[in-house]
Amino acid sequence: MKIPYLLALLTYLPAAGGILVLLVNGAQEKVIRWFAFLLSAAVFVLSLLLVASYPLPAAGYVLEETLGWLQVPQLGITHHMGVDGVNLFLVLLTTFLTPIAILSSFTAVHRKVQSYYALLLFLETGMLGVFLALDLVLFYLFWEVTLVPMYLLIGIWGGERRIYAAVKFILYTMVGSLLMLVAILYLHLQTGTGSFDLLRIAGQLSSGAAALTRTQELWLFLAFFVAFAIKVPLFPFHTWLPDAHVEAPTAGSILLAGVLLKMGAYGILRFCLPLFPHASTAFAPLISLLAVIGIIYGALVALVQTDMKKLIAYSSVSHLGFVVLGIFSFSLQGLQGASYQMLNHGISTGALFLIVGILYERRHTRRIEEFGGIARSMPHYAAATLIIALSSIGLPGLNGFVGEFLILLGSFAKNSALTAVAVTGVFFSAAYLLWMYQRVYFGPLTRDENRQLADLDRREWACLIPLILMAVWMGIYSQPFLQRMEGASRNILHPIQSNQLVAREASPDFRPAASPKPAAGESRIAPEPRSFPHE
Amino acid sequence: MTVPIIYYLGLSALLFALGSVGLLLKRNLLVQFMCVELMLNAANLAFVAFSQGRADGSVIVFIVMAVAAAEAGVGLALVVVLFRNRNSLDSEDFRLMKG
Amino acid sequence: MSDWFWIIPFFPLAGFLVLGLVGRRLPVAAVSLTACGSVALSFVTALFSWQALLRQPDEARFFSQRLFTWIAAGNFQADFSFGLNPLSMVMVLVITGVGLLIHIYSTGYMHGDPGYPRFFAYLNLFLFAMLTLVMAENYLLLFVGWEGVGLCSYLLIGFWFEKPAAASAGKKAFLVNRIGDAAFLLGLFLLFYQFGTLDFRGIEHALHSEPLHFPVETGQIGTLTLTALLLFVGAVGKSAQIPLYVWLPDAMEGPTPVSALIHAATMVTAGIYLVVRSSALFTRAPLAMETVAVVGMLTAVFAATIGLVQRDIKRVLAYSTVSQLGYMFAAVGVGAFVGGMFHLVTHAFFKALLFLGAGSVIHGLHGEQDLFHMGNLRKQMPRTFAVMLVGMLAIAGVPGLSGFFSKDEILWKLFSSGHTWLWIAGLAGAAMTAFYTARLILLAFGSRPHGEEAHGHAAHESPAVMVVPLVILALLSIAAGWIGLPAWLGTNHLEEFLSPALAVHAEGAHGAGSHSTEIAAAALSSGIALLGIGAALLFYFYRRLDPDALAGRFPFLYRLLRNKYWVDELYRGVFVQPCLWISRRVFWLYWDQEVIDGLVNGTGRILAGAGNILRRLQSGSVRDYAAWLCAGALTVLLYLLIV
Repeated sequence: MKIPYLLALLTYLPAAGGILVLLVNGAQEKVIRWFAFLLSAAVFVLSLLLVASYPLPAAGYVLEETLGWLQVPQLGITHHMGVDGVNLFLVLLTTFLTPIAILSSFTAVHRKVQSYYALLLFLETGMLGVFLALDLVLFYLFWEVTLVPMYLLIGIWGGERRIYAAVKFILYTMVGSLLMLVAILYLHLQTGTGSFDLLRIAGQLSSGAAALTRTQELWLFLAFFVAFAIKVPLFPFHTWLPDAHVEAPTAGSILLAGVLLKMGAYGILRFCLPLFPHASTAFAPLISLLAVIGIIYGALVALVQTDMKKLIAYSSVSHLGFVVLGIFSFSLQGLQGASYQMLNHGISTGALFLIVGILYERRHTRRIEEFGGIARSMPHYAAATLIIALSSIGLPGLNGFVGEFLILLGSFAKNSALTAVAVTGVFFSAAYLLWMYQRVYFGPLTRDENRQLADLDRREWACLIPLILMAVWMGIYSQPFLQRMEGASRNILHPIQSNQLVAREASPDFRPAASPKPAAGESRIAPEPRSFPHE
Repeated sequence: MTVPIIYYLGLSALLFALGSVGLLLKRNLLVQFMCVELMLNAANLAFVAFSQGRADGSVIVFIVMAVAAAEAGVGLALVVVLFRNRNSLDSEDFRLMKG
Repeated sequence: MSDWFWIIPFFPLAGFLVLGLVGRRLPVAAVSLTACGSVALSFVTALFSWQALLRQPDEARFFSQRLFTWIAAGNFQADFSFGLNPLSMVMVLVITGVGLLIHIYSTGYMHGDPGYPRFFAYLNLFLFAMLTLVMAENYLLLFVGWEGVGLCSYLLIGFWFEKPAAASAGKKAFLVNRIGDAAFLLGLFLLFYQFGTLDFRGIEHALHSEPLHFPVETGQIGTLTLTALLLFVGAVGKSAQIPLYVWLPDAMEGPTPVSALIHAATMVTAGIYLVVRSSALFTRAPLAMETVAVVGMLTAVFAATIGLVQRDIKRVLAYSTVSQLGYMFAAVGVGAFVGGMFHLVTHAFFKALLFLGAGSVIHGLHGEQDLFHMGNLRKQMPRTFAVMLVGMLAIAGVPGLSGFFSKDEILWKLFSSGHTWLWIAGLAGAAMTAFYTARLILLAFGSRPHGEEAHGHAAHESPAVMVVPLVILALLSIAAGWIGLPAWLGTNHLEEFLSPALAVHAEGAHGAGSHSTEIAAAALSSGIALLGIGAALLFYFYRRLDPDALAGRFPFLYRLLRNKYWVDELYRGVFVQPCLWISRRVFWLYWDQEVIDGLVNGTGRILAGAGNILRRLQSGSVRDYAAWLCAGALTVLLYLLIV
């Protein structure tokens, strides 16, 4: 089945729904939230068409469209969108998490309901636009569009320090995105194609029709990268995240952690690497170092948090460190692992915020010491939490492991010492989550308030089960995802690797210094995979 | 014989200076208003002086006069309304826009 | 059968799914039936597979079944593929066999517990993970099982999660294991970059292929040594060796069948299995082998000394387990892979027996675990006493029982391979083993000295479902030695069966030494075992010697042992507390909140301050604006005039 302008339809359908929600007068709260939920669910179903129409194996953009009537040709801006293996699953992640986020707010939000659901829908449009846009200006527009609903969601429906958090959130990200805007304009002028189209600019640069000097490339890379690094967030640009998460309403946290953070890593993949291969290579050691610091640092700080949401927020810093490490390993495993880990993090951390939100609705506190022993009063809830926590820890058989393993495998070839440090993150992630789990769920039930807690109801199960199923599925059967990511990942790596080959004659193969040298004239057995037949 | 252009310009500068000094020093709105008119006419004088033998400067003078008339109408109306509301024409009393 | 062998792990998985999803709604009998039935099916399938395996010629004794691709990226690929070779077959038989007995026992032991279905769900999940571990065809799938058993261990140690000690012990076990797992992962990366695959057979193939690409790394620390050592660190965590043994004694907070199954018979032996399975790799890295042997023997002696003075019946057994695992590592470290596996099998029987017997005692005494509060149980619990006596004699190494043969083979291999110091340490450890197990039996079942009240009045013998598995295990503990007789007595069937799967035949681990030396060594070690038992009799039966007086003579030594060398306190003080302090004070409160947020908020404050100054320009007075206008115009004029 072919739907014309599927991408644009996907992108703008939620916003149209949002406008509708704002326009109707005096509708019941129940009607509004069901409308929002069903609309976002419909968008999800629609987005599944993208997978259905995705041929295997595919390398480039399998779906590309330009809206004729929505462009400014004089300025070189076009409404150009496309899907390839890199953004396909991020789009799906967005459409998958939004209905869950909406469903999770049914009982939590009773104030200004119309604006609340409308903003969630606007946010979805913004996020989808960011992932789909292939025009720099269009990308920038959507990038900014996501800020406003999130700012309002935190600022209006947030916790006690919501104003501080909202302002911090928007200022932090604005600083980055302004740098990016400047870089976009400069790049546009410098390449002289008269176009903001990503593919055209990238084509010009890689074919040599337009060239950047080394200094120009370094600065442009930095301007883009800082914008993305703040969003990721990469250490040391991370301090907005704990505040924003703690104050945001549950749905906001789910989407913030689940999708918005991925925009940063996605931007690096989509723009930094293909456009500035030399600069990416030059900065890779530094960025990898920051990523590893983030992995360890985020985990250690998460260890000592007293607020559950803050703990999970810091764990995001740690997990996204893995993603950045994988990207800058410039290996296929690292890149695919990073793409996979983005999805994992969206699912696991989204679910963790959902779980904390469920508890917060019942007890109106997130302080760890207020709890203890609630596995007795809420056994189902405890079981669901455990599965999600284990997936976040990276237990093999659940989704987190596949991503982490591939990332570490890929980055080990590039820098084994740094990877050895990053591997300790595996230990610390278990430490902070299991310690929290012990303090919240285990032990005797000491407080009377905790004795009466009701276990999960049907709506909450409906939110959690899809997430749990995805965690199990992606942990056991990763091929449908990895296969579709592979071609696009190769495309991204291509300019970098050709650049590396020029830069130094060495092949990217791992050659340990102390390994036995094969005799002259012999070739090593490694790394010829599957050379051993399977009976 | 023609009067050298420097005399016109000198008079224009003098008028302009008088107008701006008055604008800065006087606190009465009406007086300030008249000072602005003085400055406008100083500019007019300069235009006319420069347009000796040509028409374009004179055209601008007419435009300025027309605008000045309109401005005088609106401005005076505002002054009247201000006086009715605040019972004063001292410009120091109107600082609602203080940052 | 060779087509269907891979279904072995999936029976327990099905059992787990049923019990986990609907177990709370099922009647108790149905729960027991599901749990035990699934394991029984696995066991029967394993028996058939074993027969099928035996029918194959020696060099073709392996089954392999690829189910589907799990992860593939670039040139990396890992499948869900299960296999059986003689080595994993032995493990599968032990796991399903002992597992079945312990499941049956647990239906009695856990009777009436509110978490009954949950307990069996975890137990079934454990068996699934453990079977995955030993049947995996590649290191990554092995790691799935490896972590899976760790998870089940976590869940089962913390089964009574309302007890803070249990919850904390579970977490400790998981975290300590994770340290080893991190090293394990690094080992996997090294393996992949050397061999291009993580398949066992691919790696073995590469290692054995001619011409030799990977020569033995004698006298140097090469990549193979590093790989082997990293894998060994993983094994150290899982098999509770120095320095990562600290979790196992605490793990005794879990229900006793769990201690028997997971923390004695199966999971903790996974480390030995890993090393034996990687024997091709380890034999190329002599330095790693030496490390394995030394760490193993150190642990064996170290843990035995702690076991001498513990009061908690389960903790004595826990330290004993650590110690026995040390013996196994010492064996594989000197290349006696078969000896290590042999001890693994016999240990699974007699240690499970001892644990279950201890469980029977605890059950009979309604939860009492302190040896010094027991006594006189011989009369109240005669059957338990009889089987525990068998277990004790077996572990002590009394001639004729299984433990004698397996331990003797290890000691002999230590001696004959020239590791005399390790051999002497092993003999000392054997004496201590005999002593502390005899002490345990005497304190629990023997009569109390005069003037001390025995607490055994209310004790009752356990029901038949608990006693029958004990009897079967006791029979196995007696007879299992005959599968691996020393050369002077008969054939070593185990060695014949295992050697196709091992690297020993290539490396020739048979040390020098005549039969007469071997017999003399066996006589020496059995003499030493009897010596240990005799000493225990003097202390706790004849009471010729007073343990308290001895403790008084060497107060420091006694306190050192009683407090387990203060290792837990050391770890807490050196690693845990500083880590938390730095994380809180330095990273979070100082760096995040002071420095970074200080910079961010500082930037904000500077901008706000600048705005505060500039807003004064907006006075609201028309004349001020006019003045600024004039000033601006004059500035422009001046600029034009000057430039």
